[in-house]
Parts: sequence; structure tokens; C-alpha cells
Amino acid sequence: MKTTNCKSLTGAEIVIETLIEQGVTDVFGYPGGQVLTIYDALYNAGDRIRHVLTAHEQGASHAADGYARATGKVGVVIATSGPGATNLVTGIATAMLDSIPLIAVTGNVASSQIGKDSFQEINITGVTMPITKHNYFVSDVADLADTIREAFQIAKSGRPGPVLIDIPKDVQTAECLFESTGIIEEIPQKDADDALIEKAVSLINAAERPYIYIGGGAASALSAEDVKALADKIDACIGCTFMGLTAGLGGCSRFLGMQGMHGTYASSMANKEADLVIGIGVRFSDRATGNAEKYASRAKVIHIDADFAEIGKNIRVDCGISGNIKTTVSRILSRCADAKHPKWTAKVAALKEEGRRIQAAAEDAAGDALTPKKIFDCINAAKTPDTVIATDVGQHQMWTAQYASFEAPRKFASSGGLGTMGFGMGAAIGAHVGSNCRSILVTGDGSFGMNLNELATAVSYNIPLTIVLINNGVLGMVRQWQTLFYGKRYSHTLLNRKTDFVRLAEAFGAKACRAETAEELSAALSAALSADGPFLIDTVIDKDEFVLPMLPPGGSIDDIITAKEEAA
Amino acid sequence: MTRYVIAAYVENKYGVLARVTGMFMRKGFNIDSLTVGETENPAYSRITITLEGDDYAREQLIYQLQKLHNVKNVVLMESEGVERELMLIKVRNTPEIRSEVLSAAEIYRGKILDYTTDNLCVEVTGAPAKINAFVEVMKPLGILEMCRTGVVALERGRTLTQNE
Repeated sequence: MKTTNCKSLTGAEIVIETLIEQGVTDVFGYPGGQVLTIYDALYNAGDRIRHVLTAHEQGASHAADGYARATGKVGVVIATSGPGATNLVTGIATAMLDSIPLIAVTGNVASSQIGKDSFQEINITGVTMPITKHNYFVSDVADLADTIREAFQIAKSGRPGPVLIDIPKDVQTAECLFESTGIIEEIPQKDADDALIEKAVSLINAAERPYIYIGGGAASALSAEDVKALADKIDACIGCTFMGLTAGLGGCSRFLGMQGMHGTYASSMANKEADLVIGIGVRFSDRATGNAEKYASRAKVIHIDADFAEIGKNIRVDCGISGNIKTTVSRILSRCADAKHPKWTAKVAALKEEGRRIQAAAEDAAGDALTPKKIFDCINAAKTPDTVIATDVGQHQMWTAQYASFEAPRKFASSGGLGTMGFGMGAAIGAHVGSNCRSILVTGDGSFGMNLNELATAVSYNIPLTIVLINNGVLGMVRQWQTLFYGKRYSHTLLNRKTDFVRLAEAFGAKACRAETAEELSAALSAALSADGPFLIDTVIDKDEFVLPMLPPGGSIDDIITAKEEAA
Repeated sequence: MTRYVIAAYVENKYGVLARVTGMFMRKGFNIDSLTVGETENPAYSRITITLEGDDYAREQLIYQLQKLHNVKNVVLMESEGVERELMLIKVRNTPEIRSEVLSAAEIYRGKILDYTTDNLCVEVTGAPAKINAFVEVMKPLGILEMCRTGVVALERGRTLTQNE
């Protein structure tokens, strides 16, 4: 028998009630023909769930993603069928590649119209099959609530990821009894075999030059203290992947920053010199390892990850441990011996010093010109530890990874795996909505052009968003590759646009100014970071600034380029 | 390169085969055969996959299958498991080759499914190596058409793939 809590609701109402039941307080989206019923249900639930209307469904998908990155909660986006659904595709793929928990709810044409090429009909479950952790087409309203619950469970369990739920219109209007349950638990992860933990411990105890290498998986499963505790006990230095920057280890003296293609000199070199690499929540991607055959060739490798399929996928490892990252690390921590490696510590310190020297030489050569390094000196001085930095993709993104300091977790929202230009505007908005912290979007004139329409959203919702537009008039990262590897044949990377970004921002209703020197930028940042709405700062740098160091694609650490003269 | 037979128990639901084959395409797995059909439990289908590959390909294929939400269990079949495949093959029915086809079919314990004045259709069942051998015998006689089901396999003895 049904209890008194049971009530008859429409499918659309069940969608909203189940989202609320699962702890959702904010959703991003854009209404349309086949989600009208869901939006109608939302109309009555406005006091319990906030909906943020974006300018474009892609922006909504990135906002839900940025929300998830900044909070650790599951981001939710709603879009209509057909173009509404396909506009989510880039956002879903972005979340997939960076293992971000995301629920996409799409409407579809009524069941009777499915398969007939009806107006705004698209098989979005087919389209998103390779870019979701799982997806659903709900054909019966009786399955709807449990499907949404299971979707949340899949999105947040183990290695998180996006899940899409496609709901035809007749299922949204059909009625069904609904009974609220609690928030669904994550699927428990297996604890690793004791023998594997022992193997890892013996590798660690035998190591003299340990390098802890953390990725996005570590950043979401572990606290900065967990990582520091292990590093302190075994006297290791800490490097990270691009996604690992979100762990917020910026204030830790053992932290060397990102390694890999555009990693810091010290981090990449320490990775090379190490005799033990302890990869935690990483996937040894091509951008991180360069030539996988030559990667960490002198080192034993321990790989700890939530996803068993990552073990041995990209590089051979000496000890692979899949399952719960947090318990694995704490089991290793409790068993490994206290160690001191003074020679390694001295070596790492020397590498850091060399990195600083290379950096200082580059800055000296630049003189008074506004350089990326100076821009980030200004940003680091102006921001507080809780400020979220979002980026788009390209040179400005790599400079952010190299120079911005992240001293608290979940303060960095950037598309790592997919490299999605246009990600930042939505992500910065979503990050603010989720965390209520100020956000800074660092972007370039190329990337900003892709989704600047979300300025309208930032203005509508009065988002305290500072946009630092690093404007060089070119598609800088592609240009850098053309300079280095394509004989300076600058095919279609000179933008030659006449956009006045200050007036553009003002036209959207945002504040804006231009900053051409470090002093102007500092002043602009202090104004922007105390403004109560969006504020765009247009800074200009030379079009031939490089992101350095650089390991050429497919190369190894021995091919590292640290100065522009070596490159040209 | 080694030949592997992998069995996957999957939920018998709309779209599951597309998820499995889509994953093969996405990950660049080149498989030799794939069969799918009902099992003793109507809620599950069994997909049997054969591939030639190295340890890495085998391991990744199993891992990636296990990651799919609708896949309940994946098993690497041992080489001594029971494997069968069915082939239908059509050759011309002429006085010059008729007796050779009929005797080969008998030796291979094939069945004549269709006998017309023009054509002969033979069914052969067995392990893939036997089917391959029969194809080689028929080739010089002129194969008009043939189709193979791909391998189905079970482990010997009391081992139950589904429960592992």
C-alpha cells in the first residue's frame, strides 16, 4: 500500500521534485518547445530551486560544469530537444573528459513522434553515447524518478562524469505516483587488495627520489592535507597535472606545480629525475607524458586511480591500484616508513632555483612591457584565496596554470581534457552561482569571441565576475605552434578584428576598462574586484609572447624549450 | 598476437548493443566477430566477442566493457572452452563438382539445406578452425555466397560465466 507521502504528479513535476530530493538547489538551462512542461513545473518551484537562464545552451552546460567544479556537487542543465540538446554536446564532452559530475535533462518530442524526423527531433542519446558516462531515454513515467536517482548515482560515483536523461514530452505530461526518497548514496568503491598496498609501500620505502603526482581524481578525493601528510612522511616533492591544480596546493613548500607540455621547469625536471612517481588520480595523458615510451624512464611508477581501466592504459606501471583513492592513500600512509631524502630535497631546491632563474631572465628581457607573468602578479595580488579563476583555452590558460596561485581547493575551473575554447564564461558564472565566491575569467580574444554572449547572463544575474581579457589580436597558441613547427606560416591566426571589447562589454551593460601597463591593471583589478557586477578589463600583450617552457608534442623532457631563442 | 574469446553478460535492453559496439569504435578496437543472443535469463543477453590482439588490447577491451553501465559481467574464455560457429555456404550444383561438394559436406558433418538444379547450400557447424578448413575446400570449387554467425562459447564443466 502507498503511504500518505505518495502523491500523483506529472512527469515534469517528478523531474523537479526528484532534482530537489537529490539536493539540487540550482539548475542552468534554456526553455523550449519540448521542455515547456518542465519549465511550467519549475514555475511553481521557484522558491525551492533556482534556475539560471543563459544566453545559449552551451553556456548553460559549461555553467553547470563550472558549478560542479567549484562545489563538488552534481551540476544540472536543462535544454529542449533538437538544437537545444545538440548545443549541450560540447559541454557534456568537456565534463566527460575532465570527469565532472553533471546531469543533462533534455526534452524530446512525444513518443508517437519519435523516429519520424519530427520538428526539433534528434536522437540525443545516440549523439551523446560516446561522451556520457551513461545516458537514458525514459519511455515510461513510472521509471522516471528512479532513472533520475540512478543518474545522480552514476554521475557522482567512482570516477564522476556526465549523465544525460532524455524525456519525451508525453512522459513529462503523464501522471504517476511519486514518493520522495533521500539523496542516493554513491556506489561504494572496492578497497584494494592488501598485497597491492604492500607492494606500493615497499616501492615507496625503497625510493630515494619520490615524486607525488596528483591529478583531478586526487583533487576531488583527497584534501590538500592528505597529500601533504603523505609527502611529509616520505619526504617527496609534489607535482600535478593540469587538473591537479584544483587541489589547491599552491601554498605548500613541497609543491612544484604542473608538469608536462607547459609544466613548470622544476616540476617537469623533478618528474624526470625521480626514481619513484606516485600518480594519484591521474591518467598519464599525452600532454602530461609527452612520448609515453620515454616518460619517467628512470622511475618506478605507482598508479592509484578510481577507474580500473586507467591502470596501464597510457603507460606501463609497476604497481597499479584501482578503487577508493582516499582509503588507498591512507592505508599506504599508515604503513610506509618515515623517510628523509636530503640529497633529493637539495636537488629539487636547485631545480626550483633554476626555474626561477629562467623565468627572471625572460622577464628582464621583456623590460617594462606588460607580460603574462606581470598580469598574473597583479591578479595574484588582487585576488583572495577563495576567488575562483575560470579560463578559456589557449596561451592564457597555460599562463594561468603556470602563474596563478591556488591555495584552496576547487578554485580553478578550466577545460583540461577536451580543451574547449568558450568554456570560461559559462564556467565562471556557474562557479559563482555554486560557491558564492567572486570569480575571475582569464580569457583571450579568440576564446572570448566564442561565448561572449554570456556577458548578458552575467549582467542579468549581477554576477561579480571580473574578466581579464588578454588581448593579443591573434590565436596565440596556434600561432606559437605555427612559429615553432610550421615555419612561421601564420595561416588564419591573425584575427584582424576591430572589436572594441570595452564598448562591447558596456553595450551588454557591464563595466569595462582598458589596462596597458601593470599599474593600470592593478588599479582596474581593484575596481573590478569590488564591483557588484561583471567588469571586463582589456589588457594588451605582444602577439609573439610564448608559453614556456614547452615540451614539443611527442617529445620528451630532454627536448624541453625554456627560452624563445632556443625555439626560433 | 593471440586470439581471444570474451563473453559479456549484458542487460537485455534497448540500445545496449549500440553502446557496446560504439565503445569498440570509440576505443579503436578491431574485433573479428560478435554474436549476441538471449540467455537462460531473459533479462540478460550474452555477447560473445572474438579478437586477435596482444595482452594490452585484451585487457583494455575487458576493462572498457566492464565500465559500461549495462554490462553485468565480462569473462575471458579459457582456450579449452566449448566454441561453436555456424556457416551457410552456397556453391554451384554442376556435375563436375557435385560429388566433391557432397563428400566434403559428409566428411565435415555438414547438412545439405537446399538442393536445386543450379545450386547447393550446405550448413556446417563447428569450431572456427573447422569452418575455415571447409571454406578452403570449397574455394577452388567456386563459392557463390557464404555467411558465418560468429563464435558462441561456454566454459566447460561447472563454471558459470554469469556468476563469476
